[in-house]
Amino acid sequence: MSDTADRVKKIVVEHLGVEADKVTEEASFIDDLGADSLDIVELVMAFEEEFGVEIPDDAAEKISTVSDAIKYIEENKG
Amino acid sequence: MRRVVVTGLGLVTPLGADVETTWANILASKSGAGPITKFDASDQKCQIACEVKPADHEYGFDAGKRVDHKIQRQVDPFIVFGIDAAGQALEDAGLTDMSEEDKLMAGCSIGSGIGGLPGIESESLVLAEKGPGRVSPHFVHGRLINLISGQVSIKYGLKGPNHAVVTACSTGAHSIGDAARMIKDGDADIMLAGGAESTVCPIGIAGFAQARALNSSYNDRPEQASRPYDKDRDGFVMGEGAGVLVLEEYEHAKARGAKIYCEVIGYGLSGDAFHVTAPEPTGDGAYRSMQMALKKAGLTPADIDYINAHGTSTMADTIELGAVRRLFGDAIGTVSMSSTKSAIGHLLGGAGAVESIFCILAMRDQIVPPTLNLDNPDEGCEGVDLVPHVAKKREVRAVLNNSFGFGGTNASLVMRKID
Repeated sequence: MSDTADRVKKIVVEHLGVEADKVTEEASFIDDLGADSLDIVELVMAFEEEFGVEIPDDAAEKISTVSDAIKYIEENKG
Repeated sequence: MRRVVVTGLGLVTPLGADVETTWANILASKSGAGPITKFDASDQKCQIACEVKPADHEYGFDAGKRVDHKIQRQVDPFIVFGIDAAGQALEDAGLTDMSEEDKLMAGCSIGSGIGGLPGIESESLVLAEKGPGRVSPHFVHGRLINLISGQVSIKYGLKGPNHAVVTACSTGAHSIGDAARMIKDGDADIMLAGGAESTVCPIGIAGFAQARALNSSYNDRPEQASRPYDKDRDGFVMGEGAGVLVLEEYEHAKARGAKIYCEVIGYGLSGDAFHVTAPEPTGDGAYRSMQMALKKAGLTPADIDYINAHGTSTMADTIELGAVRRLFGDAIGTVSMSSTKSAIGHLLGGAGAVESIFCILAMRDQIVPPTLNLDNPDEGCEGVDLVPHVAKKREVRAVLNNSFGFGGTNASLVMRKID
């Protein structure tokens, strides 16, 4: 597993209070991990802080699974 | 006429994370005061508080017991305390699994004096340092005063009245009184009523200290700082926590065989119309509040065995006592009156609810809790049993609880044992 994936999953576990083994790459934040739309806003902020990336609103709207987040960060981090 | 009884209790206090632990510590004359641990208070005039203890403490609070991890992260501590105390009260009342029909007639009236001050402070710093894009999306609903009632209603599916009182340090008492009225009026059969507070944060301590309301000369002796009626009192000690009661319509409680603690029989309210922080010097507002509560209860002062005073360890203590003396007349000689703020500090918006619970336990156990640190009673205290230092066994049939708040807002509750 990549370093980015590890760090993303850690943030998700901490913010959503879910078991680490539930945070698979396929997991949907809303359908599988119990997040609501505001939780996703908060997660996106945490990813921005952690990775020093800007995730604009239109990109954030397309992030619905753990792998979406990892992919976006991998492609856009400095 | 619909009658209102108390069928469940829940407490989070500096002396315990539940009702029985807190009460045992109160009766054992323990103090919840200590140096502030939540932040570095070394530059503050007041460096002490009665904090709710961490989970690893002998009587600490484990937020994870009743509050989801995610919610704990999103909301201010006063909401966490409130959700937990409400859960305790529902468990105590045997109402965690209500029918859909009952849920439609079950509501919440859990308020706070100030609300999420620590979060307002910390997110303001985020705004200043990192800009608006870093402010939490949970900032607003994690700080709002009515969000204990909101969170509790969502957690337990309570679809009746959803209300939250904001009357500074009278909040807890007004919450109970208002909720009791909602039951009397038929708006609900069951109400979770109470208050919570958690403002032990730099701006909270500094703000009250600047208003000259907090103690400042006991930083080296925290347990002696809260000393209502004592000559050497110099301001209140900030407390934190929550108290929530289950109020229930009497026939509803009887029909389901509920344990009934007592009946809420009187509620009085008044305004001082005098000053934003100082009480009216003759105690007229307090007098009228108590008088109204007694009148509604159909009792005379001689029927009251115990008063849990507002008694904050400020100059206002003797004004309240003067008002009690004027109202009670000769009955002042038979009543016991104490301030449990001497042990747990001033829970502000939570105070009236927590102290009402102490009143109820005093009736249950026929013992009145002490006023700690009352070494040298101030002038005006003569001939009144202020229960100094140690709890006292005595007959307790009916009780009066007083709460007074900034803005000149007063509330009094009368409760009576039920046979």
